[in-house]
Amino acid sequence: MDLIKLLGQLDIKADWVGLRYVNESTTYRWVRDGHPQANDRSSSKGLMVEVLVDGQFAYYATSRLDIESVQAAATTAVSMAKAAAPFSIHKFTEQARPVATGNYHSPYQQAENSLSAGDINGLLVKSCEALKVSEKIVSTNALARIVNSHHLYVSSNGSNVEQQFLIVTTGSMAVAQDGPIVQKRSDSGMQARSWQTGLESLEENRLLEDSVRVGEEAVELLSAEECPSANMDLLLAPDQMMLQIHESVGHPLEIDRILGDERNYAGWSFVRLKDFGNLRYGSDLMNITFDPSVSHEMASYNFDDGGAKAEREFIIKDGILQRGLGGVESQIRSGVPGVANFRASSWNRAPIDRMANLNLEPGDSTVDELIGCVEKGVLMQSNRSWSIDDYRNKFQFGCEYAKLIENGQLTRTLRNPNYRGISNSFWKNLKGVGNKDSFEVYGTPNCGKGEPNQVIRVGHASPPCLFADVEVFGGEQ
Amino acid sequence: MEQLFDQLCNSLFSQLAKDESLAISLQGESSLFNRINGAKIRQTGQVNDSDLSLDLVFNNRRATGSVTLTGEFEPDLEPVLDEIARLRREVKELPVDPFTVLPEGGQSSRTVLRGDLIDPEQGVEKLLVPMQGADISGILASGSIYRGNANSAGSKHWFSSDNFSLDYSLVNPQEKMVKATYAGSSWSQSDYEESLSLSIEKLQIMGQSSIKLEPGNYRTYIASAGVADLLNMFSWNGLSELSMQTGESAFLKMRNQGLQLSPLFSLAEDFSNGLVPRFNAQGEISAERIDLINRGQLKSCLVSSRSAKEYALESNFANEGEELRSAVMASGELPESMILQALGTGVYLSNLHYLNWSDVVGGRITGMTRYACFWVENGEITAPIENMRFDDSFYHFFGNNLEAVTAESHINPDVGTYGGRSLGMTQCPGILLSSFALTL
Repeated sequence: MDLIKLLGQLDIKADWVGLRYVNESTTYRWVRDGHPQANDRSSSKGLMVEVLVDGQFAYYATSRLDIESVQAAATTAVSMAKAAAPFSIHKFTEQARPVATGNYHSPYQQAENSLSAGDINGLLVKSCEALKVSEKIVSTNALARIVNSHHLYVSSNGSNVEQQFLIVTTGSMAVAQDGPIVQKRSDSGMQARSWQTGLESLEENRLLEDSVRVGEEAVELLSAEECPSANMDLLLAPDQMMLQIHESVGHPLEIDRILGDERNYAGWSFVRLKDFGNLRYGSDLMNITFDPSVSHEMASYNFDDGGAKAEREFIIKDGILQRGLGGVESQIRSGVPGVANFRASSWNRAPIDRMANLNLEPGDSTVDELIGCVEKGVLMQSNRSWSIDDYRNKFQFGCEYAKLIENGQLTRTLRNPNYRGISNSFWKNLKGVGNKDSFEVYGTPNCGKGEPNQVIRVGHASPPCLFADVEVFGGEQ
Repeated sequence: MEQLFDQLCNSLFSQLAKDESLAISLQGESSLFNRINGAKIRQTGQVNDSDLSLDLVFNNRRATGSVTLTGEFEPDLEPVLDEIARLRREVKELPVDPFTVLPEGGQSSRTVLRGDLIDPEQGVEKLLVPMQGADISGILASGSIYRGNANSAGSKHWFSSDNFSLDYSLVNPQEKMVKATYAGSSWSQSDYEESLSLSIEKLQIMGQSSIKLEPGNYRTYIASAGVADLLNMFSWNGLSELSMQTGESAFLKMRNQGLQLSPLFSLAEDFSNGLVPRFNAQGEISAERIDLINRGQLKSCLVSSRSAKEYALESNFANEGEELRSAVMASGELPESMILQALGTGVYLSNLHYLNWSDVVGGRITGMTRYACFWVENGEITAPIENMRFDDSFYHFFGNNLEAVTAESHINPDVGTYGGRSLGMTQCPGILLSSFALTL
């Protein structure tokens, strides 16, 4: 695909033109109860033509890649930009699309085709067998998703970027049932094991060991106590911190939300533009980075979809809000410092402010020290339920598995653990952060936002974190 | 697009081996998207996107795949043939799938719903000028949507619809909001401006200072849009036969323990309004109406042919995900004009937000109140409320706490655009509850 040549052949009157090509295949294999449930490969290939006319951007997304079709797409986009220009939310210049040249390739050891479809199905069947540790296991599931995504971006002001991503997700899940009691347990929450890797993620011994543990814990939950209801200390494992960071730090700090773009859909934010540089978001222990450079984390890249160079930045430092999650367009509109996170889910969606890798930096406590300082509390692992308000204030999250902490020791297993709180006060009660030895990297392929809607991949890494005085409660069975 | 679909199907079916079965689906759209913030254009663009999905069964093994179409037969044929060749190679490597269902023939349908849509370029002015002076965010999605299905056993279905949805929120200076949707197949400038005026009028009430409620149980009215959100949860760990069989359904207590909901609650999958195609990805046609819950009793789940084969049941030709496609909840007897009087003192909720199961087995759903939600005293709206979190079980709010159901029912179109514009809808009335748990 020679985008430079295609760009050179376009005959339109625009202040700026960009071509963004995406060719992505997603291979999804799912085995349930030892039988294949899905062996699917969906492919998507197309081009977004974007133009800037009279300060207004407009786009035309097409799967026709011949010059006549791309010319027609560009001509229509110019007309649309002209028509919309009298109603522009902001008069942009080509500064909104910085010049970028370079490339990126996901690091991996084993190539996408290093295992056959039969090999992977065989592995997933074995995973189902390993999950079935008891007759009380009524359903077993094992999945693998492999995404191969090739991105090209060129522009009339000189950008030329190529990025190639290989992303592998694995997951296993068991449902255990004993009469009316039903419990589900998965491997870190379904699909949290998403990384930029090759098929080394499908290493058999690791997958089968994890499957046995998942099955055993599902059965263990059947006879576990119900999570108590009280305000107490809450220790969140890294696979739940992923969700906590995502919902109560990531989304409220997206500058386009703060500017109101999402008010009709995902919502607004409790954070205001004046808060950047000032707001105490959490305790002194809270350090959040936007870090596209973490090897193997799901949303690592060198350039966003508007051409901005992606670099590590502190979003929150020692508890104080430093900068927002906003690409160049949002930075221009708001005057707030941001990051390179202007991202689109594919060729058929325009980029908007998205999370990428958003991480909580390690502190200096060991896991034993975090547990040891708790008189009464709960350790929760692996998200199973999530809901938060449109300002990203009032949240309620549920987990799959919990342990009671009494007098500095993990004691009994608890089922149906939930907690709720309000973002800002919750983070101010952060009183312990695990060290780098306890730092774990996860991701999710399913972050939804935008109009038209877009699902995008994000990464979150964190050590376990301890919060004081959290409203914890159980289920209703 | 229909002609292209026919040509590709003919090419694929003509070179199929005797022991191969193939189902082909097309999903496509040509859509205008105008994204609005502050009654200004935030983003504007057009998307032309179509995919062809192939579902190949050979020797009780199954592999599926999809490719992007350009809309032209010659350039599309090659990647489609490449994909069927890849599926043929792959399917031989796969384990036997004992629950694979071969496509059946004999059924065909064709629905073409033509519309009169706003012009992509000149329509901006028609859309934006009436909004000026108001603070409005939202999106206009407008254009043609295509769905096709054919299989090697001889069935063929085509559905296309020209339609639009303007989904928007009005915001007042106190950041209180009102939500509205203007949707249809023929754009009427006068209808649009009337819809907008009604929403602006509704926003006036939101100008009063809001009340902060304490957590607790409240008499509550939930309007149709909020009820639709609650019903949509039943597509996820809900009325799917597979989720029932694998222990993941919130309705297990109804099937296994005989629990019932209120006799005021009835729910069906009902395609009679013709807005949603009745055929699924296998080319099977659902009955026009499937009673799921009748006067509080679980009558049926959504059963795909795959689940039917696995669990020796009768299929009702749900799609493979066994989600609701065209849910209709039965109306009741409470006239909408009497809602405030019937509520007396309590909470009026227009919309809900960000729902999730907080306890699947217990049927408990959590979420937020959003948009035009009010405190009502002695049958009069007194003030908007600050948004509250709810956490309550449908065994309560569609059970003993369901006091009345409105006589009027509304269509709530699925305006979702993940992966493409949706065609689904939920038709439902509002509900009056003797108690609803607000928790934070």
